[in-house]
Amino acid sequence: MSQHSADNHSHDHGHGHHEEEAHGSIKSYTMGFILSLILTVIPMVIVFNDLMGRTGTLAVILITAVAQLFVQMWFFMHIRDEKGPRYNLMALSLGILLVITIIAGSVWIMSFNSYTQ
Amino acid sequence: MWDSIKEFAADFFVTGDPLIYGADVSIALVSIAIVFVLTYFKKWKWLWREWLTTVDHKKIGIMYLIASLLMLFRGGVDAILMRMQLALPDVEFLQADHYNAIFTTHGTIMILFMAMPMMFALFNMVVPLQIGARDVAFPFLNALSFWMFLFGAMLLNISFVIGGSPDAGWLSYPPLSELSGSPGRGQDFYIWGIQISGIGSLATGINFIVTILKMRAPGMKLMKMPLFSWSVLSASITILFAFPILTVTLALLFLDRYFGAHFFTLDGGGMSMLYVNLIWMWGHPEVYIVVLPAFGIFSEIVATFSRKTVFGYNSMVFAMMVISVLSFFTWVHHFYTMGSSADVNAFFAITTMAISIPTGVKIFNWLFTMYRGRIKFDLPMLWTMGFIPCFLVGGATGVMLAVAPANFQYHNSYFLVAHFHQVLIGGVVFGYLAGIYYWWPKLFGFKLDEKRGRWGFWFWNIGFYLCFFPQYFLGLDGMTRRVYTYGWDRGWAALNFASTAGAFLMGVGFIFQVWQIAYSVRKGERDKTGDIWNGRTLEWSIPSPPPVYNFARVPQVQHVDDWWREKEDRENGIVRPQPELEPIHMPKNSGIPFIMSSFWFLIGFGFTFDWIWLVIIGFLGVFGSMYARSFTYDVDYYIPVDEIKKTEQKLRGATT
Repeated sequence: MSQHSADNHSHDHGHGHHEEEAHGSIKSYTMGFILSLILTVIPMVIVFNDLMGRTGTLAVILITAVAQLFVQMWFFMHIRDEKGPRYNLMALSLGILLVITIIAGSVWIMSFNSYTQ
Repeated sequence: MWDSIKEFAADFFVTGDPLIYGADVSIALVSIAIVFVLTYFKKWKWLWREWLTTVDHKKIGIMYLIASLLMLFRGGVDAILMRMQLALPDVEFLQADHYNAIFTTHGTIMILFMAMPMMFALFNMVVPLQIGARDVAFPFLNALSFWMFLFGAMLLNISFVIGGSPDAGWLSYPPLSELSGSPGRGQDFYIWGIQISGIGSLATGINFIVTILKMRAPGMKLMKMPLFSWSVLSASITILFAFPILTVTLALLFLDRYFGAHFFTLDGGGMSMLYVNLIWMWGHPEVYIVVLPAFGIFSEIVATFSRKTVFGYNSMVFAMMVISVLSFFTWVHHFYTMGSSADVNAFFAITTMAISIPTGVKIFNWLFTMYRGRIKFDLPMLWTMGFIPCFLVGGATGVMLAVAPANFQYHNSYFLVAHFHQVLIGGVVFGYLAGIYYWWPKLFGFKLDEKRGRWGFWFWNIGFYLCFFPQYFLGLDGMTRRVYTYGWDRGWAALNFASTAGAFLMGVGFIFQVWQIAYSVRKGERDKTGDIWNGRTLEWSIPSPPPVYNFARVPQVQHVDDWWREKEDRENGIVRPQPELEPIHMPKNSGIPFIMSSFWFLIGFGFTFDWIWLVIIGFLGVFGSMYARSFTYDVDYYIPVDEIKKTEQKLRGATT
């Protein structure tokens, strides 16, 4: 078992494929990187040039941010690669539950002004 | 020239308070003494080879333990200073601003730099041994986590002699913690100290999740895993989701302070109350992170010293996992009075009360485990017995605080202070002390002295109740937290004096424990069998202290409490087959974690003093370290069979 652990450090692009799990290819990493860049540049351009109104800008920022989240999980986090116990799926479900709690909870909690004023 | 040096020194060093000058002198003397001793005994090389570069989880655990005990001392001195100031009305011992700095560092250090590393000490010392592994999943990352923690902690700790302490409370609410409220350096020390050590905590969480999921001995299904390892898994999952929230929140505060952003300011569209909301999304799970491993420790100890399998194993596992998820749904109970709608408060009052249910389940399970057991009251069990009533009262006052309408009465009073000290000392500290007493013989090969330990136990316990029970009544009498003085007309003098006396008794208890360790190093009972408590789980099947590879043969697990069953089998004449020895694959030591973390220290220090050149040097060092590590391929080695045989023979005698 400890062999596994030590290997995790040493294998790199060069000799990563002799193990059972593939860790992506240069092509998929590059694609992920370029997509992330594009999704970052879009909202920046819009914000710096005042291309849209307040609602539109916020919508674009949110949409590109969520899109980038998926790009990163798909290309960098190997969300597709798993076999056996579905730890990735379980972790992701819990993560989504907590993110929704944090965002929706904060919106709910911080909306107190609308009640009192 | 001389003037500019003087000006620099006046800004760089904290001046004006005789207590600080005393600290300066003692720090200088201790540093000189350490350097002298290391040089005189020619121990520098040994220090570097055996400790600073180690990736062995046992040694990392021991270093965490030493650091956390030192931090317990520092936080304890802070506590004693505060209690001296509050012992009687109108005491003129600490100035108001010095008092603010002390309660801030007391809280920050006790939670982040005492409880967390003591918890990681136990993770490291126990988990791989308990699941039959030879190290954690990522030994290099483990070393990096430790050094990130240590350098982060040191960054916060030097603030009281260099640059100035943080003094905006242990969670540093804005607007007080913004530039407008805290223009000094202390707040930046706070941010960077916590950020740097926070990276380490997050990495440790990841490391132990992977270790537990991937590196259990063959046959150890999750539902056959010892309960302490389960508690580590649940705490690590909580770390994984909670710590990023802390990092982001403090990063936003840093942007506000350093780049003039307006996330939490009062002007420019900022909202300081959002910080309170965000920080408690980390803060509440954090208290469950530190208490869950304590629950695991008690489960192991109660089973061992009652000589029974733990009652309700499945419900114990279920309760811990429920706590770990539910802990993310209760954060608003820390700020009911902020003025959210009644619906919000009602929702979080219910979730808060709900989380006491799985905790109650665990208490009953421990009691049922003890029921009709042949209980032995060794030190670990004694601390467990101290924990149960203490935590029960702390939990009950917690439910009182959870009632949102009543909370408006208790909020930020000494009632609250007494409550959280009762659950954090009664639950976390008692739990970790029990765990240290329990696993100490495994790591060091000798038992801690019983007699001095019992003195320590009674001083701690009597001191605890004397210190904190009066505080409940002080709170009900209207004393709020963080006041640094009060008048005779308040009628708080007698209770406060009793509380201070209790704090001193706990201090005496700590001194007894230090004496106990010093005494036991020379005279403690030596552990020759490796199974000094007649234990139940795998860590007791190997010699104490364990060899570097832990298990000569990877154990084949069949049952819960596998080692206990194996011993029973042996009595009945059944001996499990021993497979042939094979060479063992181990990770090599590396100096990079230490070096990289020290560069992080420079980054934090540079940002604190606004020395951009130092920040750049720091980042260059960090990237250089990452680069060097990326292209290091010589990271492992094999221990040959002959050497394993020799080691095992030396440790176990001729039997194996």
